[in-house]
Amino acid sequence: MKVTTTALATLMALGIATAAHAEIKLGASLSASGGAAFLGDPEAKTLEMLVEELNAKGGINGEKVELVLYDDGGDPNKARTFATRLVEDDEVSAIIGGSTTGTTMSILAVAESEGIPFISLAGAIQIIDPVRQFVFKTPHTDRMACEKIFTDMQKNGITKIGMISGTDGFGASMEAQCKDVAGGYEIEIVAQETYAPQDADMTPQLTKIKSTDGVQAILNPGFGQGPAIVTRNYAQLGIDLPLYQSHGVASDGFIELAGPDAAEGVRLPGTALLIADIIEDGDPQKDVVSAYKAAYEEKYGEDVSTFGGYAHDAFKLMTGAIERAGSDDPEEIRDALEATDGLVGTTGTYTFSADDHLGLDLSAFRMLEIRDGEWVSVD
Amino acid sequence: MDAFMQFIFSGLTVGAVYALVALGFTIIYNASDVVNFAQGEFVMLGGMITVFAFDAGLPLPLAAAIAIVITAGIGVALNKFAIEPARGAPVVTLIIITIGASILIRGASQVVFDKQLHRLPAFSGDDPIHVLGATLLPQSLWVIGGAIGIFIALWLFFTRTLLGKAVLATANNRLAAQLVGINTGFVMTLSFALSAAIGALAGVLVTPITLVSYDVGVGLALKGFAAAMLGGMGNPKGALAGGLLLGLFEALTAGYISSQYKEAVAFIVILAVLFVMPQGLFGAKKTERV
Repeated sequence: MKVTTTALATLMALGIATAAHAEIKLGASLSASGGAAFLGDPEAKTLEMLVEELNAKGGINGEKVELVLYDDGGDPNKARTFATRLVEDDEVSAIIGGSTTGTTMSILAVAESEGIPFISLAGAIQIIDPVRQFVFKTPHTDRMACEKIFTDMQKNGITKIGMISGTDGFGASMEAQCKDVAGGYEIEIVAQETYAPQDADMTPQLTKIKSTDGVQAILNPGFGQGPAIVTRNYAQLGIDLPLYQSHGVASDGFIELAGPDAAEGVRLPGTALLIADIIEDGDPQKDVVSAYKAAYEEKYGEDVSTFGGYAHDAFKLMTGAIERAGSDDPEEIRDALEATDGLVGTTGTYTFSADDHLGLDLSAFRMLEIRDGEWVSVD
Repeated sequence: MDAFMQFIFSGLTVGAVYALVALGFTIIYNASDVVNFAQGEFVMLGGMITVFAFDAGLPLPLAAAIAIVITAGIGVALNKFAIEPARGAPVVTLIIITIGASILIRGASQVVFDKQLHRLPAFSGDDPIHVLGATLLPQSLWVIGGAIGIFIALWLFFTRTLLGKAVLATANNRLAAQLVGINTGFVMTLSFALSAAIGALAGVLVTPITLVSYDVGVGLALKGFAAAMLGGMGNPKGALAGGLLLGLFEALTAGYISSQYKEAVAFIVILAVLFVMPQGLFGAKKTERV
């Protein structure tokens, strides 16, 4: 009997102790393994690093942040389970996550019905169009990438292009968006080819595009090894038309995989993070991208990627909103989040409003070109 | 004509990759009737270990040799700890065990290595060779040469050596093989080691072209399996021919019909062939005794 009482007392003391050190709980479900690991892995590492950094500085308004992180492996069903668990068992105040559009759509449904603010790290425009009360996102959309590329083509007098796209989700979605907006830039897509994500050789497709009449440039929406192989086959065939890649391969790793010789002259829309070293002083993003790049590369010994940058921005947006709300009430955090005005992230400068939950415009993208194995801004 | 040659070169390059993977299936299949679905993982391990050893500063041939030896060791371990304890189980059970092993190897490699894509430098540079108006990378010749070399070695092994015949005898009837003095346990160990080594060698050869990451094994195994089925499972000649044909179908379809349909056309051709010749192009006809 005595023992039980002591145990009870201890438990109660513990309970009180926890309550006194109330923590702000931040939930995340990312694809740190599986097919989308190249997205989720840097994202998860970024969140863990930033939480550590923030707590070392004393947390938000004196309260520590606790990160509850799950790995959904890119599976929408798991993402849904984890989202429910985050809300019901872990009782988090906000959720960051959804590395892919598929997992985002699962988490989004839970967040929206439970009234928990949620920032997605996935690309598709459907996430924020139509606007959902509790759902925000940090990456620019495929559509914006297409628009940025077509603006650059228009500037260079290109009107007829060939497209070679991956058949994976990213490639297919961007291909559709590009076809949709091409007309607005007076660009005609005269040749259209595809490849499967693990194909080893794309010379037949490129030979076909090359021999199509009037092609002035080639655009390759895709991510993973496909674009690197396309770029190498491009050099192998000696095609002398401009080659445009997508933001899906905006990382130093791409230059390495394709080889600096083959990648020479490739253009793509990327973020300030990629050119952190050469960005001009006085650029509003200079400090943010340099600090993040330095911290990440020191901690993990690997290059930063655009995708980790999405998580960085989501974290800054969410913690900024929690700080301004001055509470961990989901409803109040949401209102503060929507009122975000001019937050400078690695991807761009975010200004949310009631009818814009992405908060970026085309200026967030920078047109980059690879010269001598380095990124150069050509805006 | 230029375009046609380019399609042929592309088909041969991709086909040789498939053939290399398909050749790896033959030994284990011949020894035990088991289709080893972890074969793609052996290819991945060959590529990954070589990349990491090479990045650590070892010369490429040494890095490749280390990768082949380690992968062969993993093949032996797979036999020892997963296949042997289940001896006597139906073949289907053993095949499912290999699927489990492939998931385990994939999961372990993403922890041991990383989740990024890697490449190796091409063995003889990246300057394309111009033939009849089309281009071919020197690495393609390495892959095609590797596939032909392994094919010849396997063919000699199965037809000219006692050990090769012992492997075939073990597959045919394990008990009878034991009765004539064949150490069937050793034959099984050997066949897993050789299959894994061939897979790893394939990984080393194809990595400069296809790139490698921890999850490339599934896709490679699937295409290699299709190639082996087309050519006739268990026959090295079939693996080589099946791989090259599959690659050529894909390249020619992408070139003359549409890249959207290239996989569909290739698989329809495979189905059609199997419909007429269920044992594949070069497979031995099986007679079931009732």
